[in-house]
Amino acid sequence: MDLQMTHTTIYVLNQESAFDFYVNKLGFEVKTDVPLGPTLRWLTVCPKGQDLEIILMPIAEGMLFNKQSAKQMSDLVKSGTLGFGVIKCKDVYASYEELKAKGVQFKKEPRKSPFGIEAVLCDDSGNWFSLQEKT
Amino acid sequence: MAKEQYPKAYLYMRIVQSKLFIDKSFAEPINLEDITNEAFFSKFHFIRTFKSIYGETPHQYLKKIRIEKAKQFLKGGKSVNEVCQSVGFESASSFMGLFKKATKQTPSEFRNAYLKRKEIEKKSPLKFVPGCFMVAP
Repeated sequence: MDLQMTHTTIYVLNQESAFDFYVNKLGFEVKTDVPLGPTLRWLTVCPKGQDLEIILMPIAEGMLFNKQSAKQMSDLVKSGTLGFGVIKCKDVYASYEELKAKGVQFKKEPRKSPFGIEAVLCDDSGNWFSLQEKT
Repeated sequence: MAKEQYPKAYLYMRIVQSKLFIDKSFAEPINLEDITNEAFFSKFHFIRTFKSIYGETPHQYLKKIRIEKAKQFLKGGKSVNEVCQSVGFESASSFMGLFKKATKQTPSEFRNAYLKRKEIEKKSPLKFVPGCFMVAP
């Protein structure tokens, strides 16, 4: 079997500010950015050097969500319930200082844990990511 | 967080500031003295620490960031000559050589490939959207 993940989704409250966060602050590359109608935009980003497309999916009625599920999802994201993954870097302390200087919010500052040094950062919507060192 | 809570916090802040200085000043003819002045280190100590944190020397990082910015400018529609000047290269030949080495494409090839993809995105946007997202309940 030859399975490869090509797309995954992060649910965001606002695509414009998510673009700023993932592209200008985290330094991800834009993979695809196409309008799909007057209000809908298909926006995917990717950490440099990787092939995975991360869909920045707006939580809004329409694609994927109805009114009720959009409200539920929006509440979950805003409350910081959802963790979306692990981001690896060469040096957590340096990445922490740089991202902090760029205005990124952290839920947890760098600390030694059983699996290495870890910090936890939040995107502009409230989704969180573990920031760890490459081993 | 108090700066003392993790080891060498002060050193990290200095090195990160110097990296952000490179990010901001990539188009200027900056040299190592400018960067070490920013970090308040001796040149040797600075290069060694920068490399241990980022895996490359400040000069290698500066070249990399210039190529990254060049890619952005090419996508924005600037000519190769304009881009060369905008990212701080003094000669077009060194810019084109480094660009090709880093991306395996000449600046013109890179821009044309990007424009071709944008054209396809414009003509057939749904080609980029996996079907499941269009038919999900």
